[in-house]
Amino acid sequence: MALRPEQAKALIAKVMGTRDQEMTCDECVADLAEFVEVQLTRKPLGDALQAVHEHLERCHDCTDEYHVLRQALAALAEEEGR
Amino acid sequence: MPMRAPRENAIWIRDLRAGGPVQAEALTDLRGLLLRGLATSFQARGDTDQAFVEDVVQQALMHILDHLEQFQGRSRFTTWAMAITVRLAMSALRRKRWQDVSLESMTAPSEGAPAWDRDDTTSPAQHAEQHALVETLSRLIDEALTEKQWMALTAELGGMPVEEIARRMGSNVNTVYKLLHDARQRLKHGLETTGYTAEDVRSAFA
Repeated sequence: MALRPEQAKALIAKVMGTRDQEMTCDECVADLAEFVEVQLTRKPLGDALQAVHEHLERCHDCTDEYHVLRQALAALAEEEGR
Repeated sequence: MPMRAPRENAIWIRDLRAGGPVQAEALTDLRGLLLRGLATSFQARGDTDQAFVEDVVQQALMHILDHLEQFQGRSRFTTWAMAITVRLAMSALRRKRWQDVSLESMTAPSEGAPAWDRDDTTSPAQHAEQHALVETLSRLIDEALTEKQWMALTAELGGMPVEEIARRMGSNVNTVYKLLHDARQRLKHGLETTGYTAEDVRSAFA
């Protein structure tokens, strides 16, 4: 298998960041609402939500959703505060 | 007209299950809230318009009504509803963005030998370390991964969303995520068995 340099670097980073137990995307989505609320109120993350944080570090798709959700909730919070 | 106080979670669920004008009013309120949140969040993006946002919110409302029993009360109801709406929106955007890209085009080998030229920031010793590490990794890919695992991994490395890989493989997100996780675990285990430590790998690419 011939790896291109940028491909090899990205793969090595992913491989070395692998944990034995990882949350799946569906599990992450199920906890995302709670995770964002805790983040917005700056409360500490419990173990279950720490797993969401770790999943977001690995998963581009869920990270995208996290940012959009966070922005949407921030907009609504601002509206509520007016 | 006085502003209505925000509904508590239990009131949202009760009203959305009520049917008739009570349900219609709750749906109108929820629709407005989801539209405002999503529209604001997507304002900066160039790949959506109001029609897209309205279409997604409509789909989300139907999904929410059909899955009210799945709300566990671990967040505000409106946050849960917004998370569902965002998921549907992002899923639609991913599908649109990747609709013309095949899995085969993502996994086709590059023409010619990959260039592993040393740049100015890498010492000759570090370059040799990188080269040895990548050769080991390439061997492990051939020995430890199935063709399906390598195909999914290559597509993911190329930026294809897991959801889109799953669609092309006739599978689902969870199964493909587990396939990818297993592939990464096999490579990590292979590197460790060969004698590479996390520190070796870090220093090779520092």
